[in-house]
Amino acid sequence: MKNHHDIVPYDGPPEPIPDTEPEEVPAFLPEPTEDRKVQPDETAALARVKDDPVILIRGLWKSFQEHEVLRGIDLHVKKGENVVILGKSGTGKSVLIKCLVGLEWPDAGTIDIFGRDIATLSYSEMNALRLRVGFLFQNAALYDSMTVRENLAFPLRQHKKSLSKEKKEALINEMLGDVGLLDSIDLLPSRLSGGQMKRIGLARTLILRPEIMLYDEPTTGLDTGTAHEISDLICRVKKKYNISSITITHDMPCARITADRIILLKDGIVYAEGSYADLETSEDDWIRSFFY
Amino acid sequence: MQPILNRYRRTRLRVQVKKSRLKAYLYKAGDLTAFMLRFFREVFRPPYEWRETFYQCYLVGYKSAFLISLTAFIMGAVLTIQSRPSMAAFGAISLIPGMVAVSVVREIGPVITAIICCGKVGSRMGAELGSMRVTEQIDAMEVSAINPYHYLVVPRTVATTLMIPLLTIIADMVAFLGAWLAMNIHDTSTMRHFFQAAMAHLEFMDIFPAVIKTFFFGFVIGIIGCFKGFRASRGTESVGIAANSAVVTASLAVFIIDMLSAQITDLL
Repeated sequence: MKNHHDIVPYDGPPEPIPDTEPEEVPAFLPEPTEDRKVQPDETAALARVKDDPVILIRGLWKSFQEHEVLRGIDLHVKKGENVVILGKSGTGKSVLIKCLVGLEWPDAGTIDIFGRDIATLSYSEMNALRLRVGFLFQNAALYDSMTVRENLAFPLRQHKKSLSKEKKEALINEMLGDVGLLDSIDLLPSRLSGGQMKRIGLARTLILRPEIMLYDEPTTGLDTGTAHEISDLICRVKKKYNISSITITHDMPCARITADRIILLKDGIVYAEGSYADLETSEDDWIRSFFY
Repeated sequence: MQPILNRYRRTRLRVQVKKSRLKAYLYKAGDLTAFMLRFFREVFRPPYEWRETFYQCYLVGYKSAFLISLTAFIMGAVLTIQSRPSMAAFGAISLIPGMVAVSVVREIGPVITAIICCGKVGSRMGAELGSMRVTEQIDAMEVSAINPYHYLVVPRTVATTLMIPLLTIIADMVAFLGAWLAMNIHDTSTMRHFFQAAMAHLEFMDIFPAVIKTFFFGFVIGIIGCFKGFRASRGTESVGIAANSAVVTASLAVFIIDMLSAQITDLL
């Protein structure tokens, strides 16, 4: 475990891969399929790619007028890893993940996703990246004039035009099956409970098969049982689709169930980092105050 | 010395406040202009949202038709009833159909239609998009790589631009009907005779500029309604503010366009 008292405050993310050596570290390698076996010389590169961070944030600053929310955040997320970000209200957790998808723009610092600095992307490149990054909003943000089916069909209609109607319908049914809400397919969002809305929001995001998921307080406002179900769902989704994710939460049971690594934000900086068990037994009172 | 310094500081502060207000106003005006110009770039860019556009046309056109017809009917009747005594004093009752036709086609029809649509359509768009902004539905579109401007603003603005001229034509016709019925309170006139007399006084330059300006009315109502909704800040109060300022700003824009069009028509 690392925190600002004992080991180091935070040793920062790994060094980014220089663009000048693409032959040694390819940015993206196609996944091996039955038709295409991994070549021997690719094996080492593939192994290294798996260790490379899919999200790399360095020195991120963001302020709103005079109020500095983020003050030099360094953070990385590896492939298949779920990083939970904890912190008191107003420490900029949601702002941080909104910066990742271009809903907010940082004042300084760089955000690399899949090895590309998002500040250098054009509008269409940013949209291409957004297709690979899913975002579950705190209130699910379902389109309230559309039924559940239409909510799920909407992104498909926009991005998967080549899919036949039957395949789209099958995909919608599969996603609703995954979140256990197949029987709500024709309901309007106003007829759903908070937990159901979050599940549908997750299904709508997953239908585009993102490689990264950003969860903004997925269990806030839910009863203990439903919050537990959502946390389990996050784990199942991660396992099934091998998704890397960042989860913003105040809910410690959710953090315990879903986190591979926890990052604690305080006053706009990364205050401590470690596993749930490490942080729970920290000597720092402020860190332990989250757990008890 | 101190009171003078204090007065100086107060004056400087007042100037600073006024300067920042002016700056904020200019920023908003620039933002609205950029928002409007973006429409011309997005409207020709595929994919075309036909389904959403037809649905918005239905909401703007069909759903407003009754209210506009009723208002136009009353306006036509009132115009005839109130102008009759003056016209009778000059022995010019036969000119009432022409007077009604010119005033309805050139001014009353387009402006009444636009103002009703400001209230009915502009406020709906402001509140709808404002609510979508507050509940993060617009953000959800953006993070799903769906262009919210293309999906939400373009169909709504196209719908108002196309439907308000049609509604104006309907309003003109219904106002004639109201005027004809009002004419028959004191006098006797067949519908055919009334419409013939009305049309005889209408020229190309009465109809053409009036129709053209309704496209502009429709455009500003749609774009301002969407702009106010899109720029709603977080919080439920902002939805009400968006709806309210959409109506006020669009109504003002309609009157400014009307004045400009009157000046331009006068020059032709």
